[in-house]
Amino acid sequence: MIELAYTRATDAADAIRRGEGGNAKYLGGGTNLVDLMREIVEVPSALVDVTGLSAEIEQTDSGGLLIGAAARNTAVAEHPVVRARYPMLTRAIVAGASAQIRNMATIGGNLLQRTRCTYFYDTDGSRCNKRSPGEGCDAIEGFNRIHAILGASPACVATHPSDMCVALAALDAIVHLRSASGERTVALCDLHRLPENRPDVETVLEPGELITAVELPSSEIAAYSTYRKVRDRSSYAFALVSVAAALELDGDAVADARVALGGVAPKPWRAWRAEDTLRGRPATEATFLEAADEELADARPLAGNAFKVDLTRRTLVAVLQQLTEGGRR
Amino acid sequence: MPIIVNGREVAMPADARVSLLDFVREHLELYGTKKGCNQGACGACTVLVDGERILSCLALAVQYDGREVTTVEGLANGALHPLQEAFIVHDGFQCGYCTPGQICSAVGMAGELARGVPSHVTDDLTATDIALTHDELRERMSGNLCRCGAHNGIVDAITEVYAGPGA
Repeated sequence: MIELAYTRATDAADAIRRGEGGNAKYLGGGTNLVDLMREIVEVPSALVDVTGLSAEIEQTDSGGLLIGAAARNTAVAEHPVVRARYPMLTRAIVAGASAQIRNMATIGGNLLQRTRCTYFYDTDGSRCNKRSPGEGCDAIEGFNRIHAILGASPACVATHPSDMCVALAALDAIVHLRSASGERTVALCDLHRLPENRPDVETVLEPGELITAVELPSSEIAAYSTYRKVRDRSSYAFALVSVAAALELDGDAVADARVALGGVAPKPWRAWRAEDTLRGRPATEATFLEAADEELADARPLAGNAFKVDLTRRTLVAVLQQLTEGGRR
Repeated sequence: MPIIVNGREVAMPADARVSLLDFVREHLELYGTKKGCNQGACGACTVLVDGERILSCLALAVQYDGREVTTVEGLANGALHPLQEAFIVHDGFQCGYCTPGQICSAVGMAGELARGVPSHVTDDLTATDIALTHDELRERMSGNLCRCGAHNGIVDAITEVYAGPGA
């Protein structure tokens, strides 16, 4: 029998102490971890319940927002400041999963959720370098319709499944961390690693390091933002391609832009090249196409997901057109 | 601390691996809540915790001490819950397997709507008074699958109770 100890942390310091030494994992809503445990993909011997840690959503002195890692997805999505000032984040969250899951899932857990690659889950039948480094990757020559076109490696082509993280990437979110050695912050865009030759190492977190909060910097442009998700079903399905975008116009030109892509990469994909292409250019379809092409220049489609390249291009253009027609400034 | 299930205090299981779903079914013999997929994809296991809908298959029972859990068995209060009545009147089920999850989910959904929680199809995110349109209802209930295809009756039942003239 796989032994499992369970304790509940009272605060961050308590959680870190309880998580020390051995095979412990922090437990939030359990919406991913419990499933992975049942599939014997994750086999912790101890769970440290961190749902009692800060779930506060409070404005910072610099006009941003600090979201406790234990805040539930629904609570963040329905918060009046998020809806008014960071609408892409609300739209991203409510595009994800189902209401029941959003009620349970914590922000910290959403950041750390693992890929839904079917080969990753298939512990009995499939080779997976993420589960067993060096074993091989059956997705590359297999059914890879939902897999990555950007940022993948010969070792792993799996995607990061979170919608929320795509919006957080576009919003320059900052992740607050705490460990036995102290506290630090990491840009959300730097939290997740690309697979390269170690797809089993998914984040820059040290062993036992705890996510305590996510901070949204104060942002004018974020108020003019949206999130669009393209998927096989109209609800309750992961993204094939998704776009989080914000646009600030100066007359007919793009003054500033934020773009991130989901469903296409092993981590939430901040589209820096697209943004650079957009700034200062006329807010037209031609510009938007050029920005998309810049971002997709290094796309490496697989046999099963080549459609994602053009789908990403068209979705990005459509979202930027939508934001332009919204008449933001 | 005990878990409170349908108003009754019960001791938590000793084994941390027991899901809230298995706890109510196997330990408490409340078989209304159903195990459809056991992986969070179907919604048949939906129960209410402090009035909020969750998936009991992904919930570990040990996380819920001190919380008030309501299963479908706990909805009737002398008489059937209005939504249970409506499901009968509008033929909102065929095999009945998804039905307890549908009903608990809809009760939770009504609470979220009353609170002004937006959905994927909500146009104006800043609006707090959201109408339960056909599209809103279907989106908000999208976490509950029905393989018999009783959706039309389910929609009619939920509409009558939460969006109709008497709602």
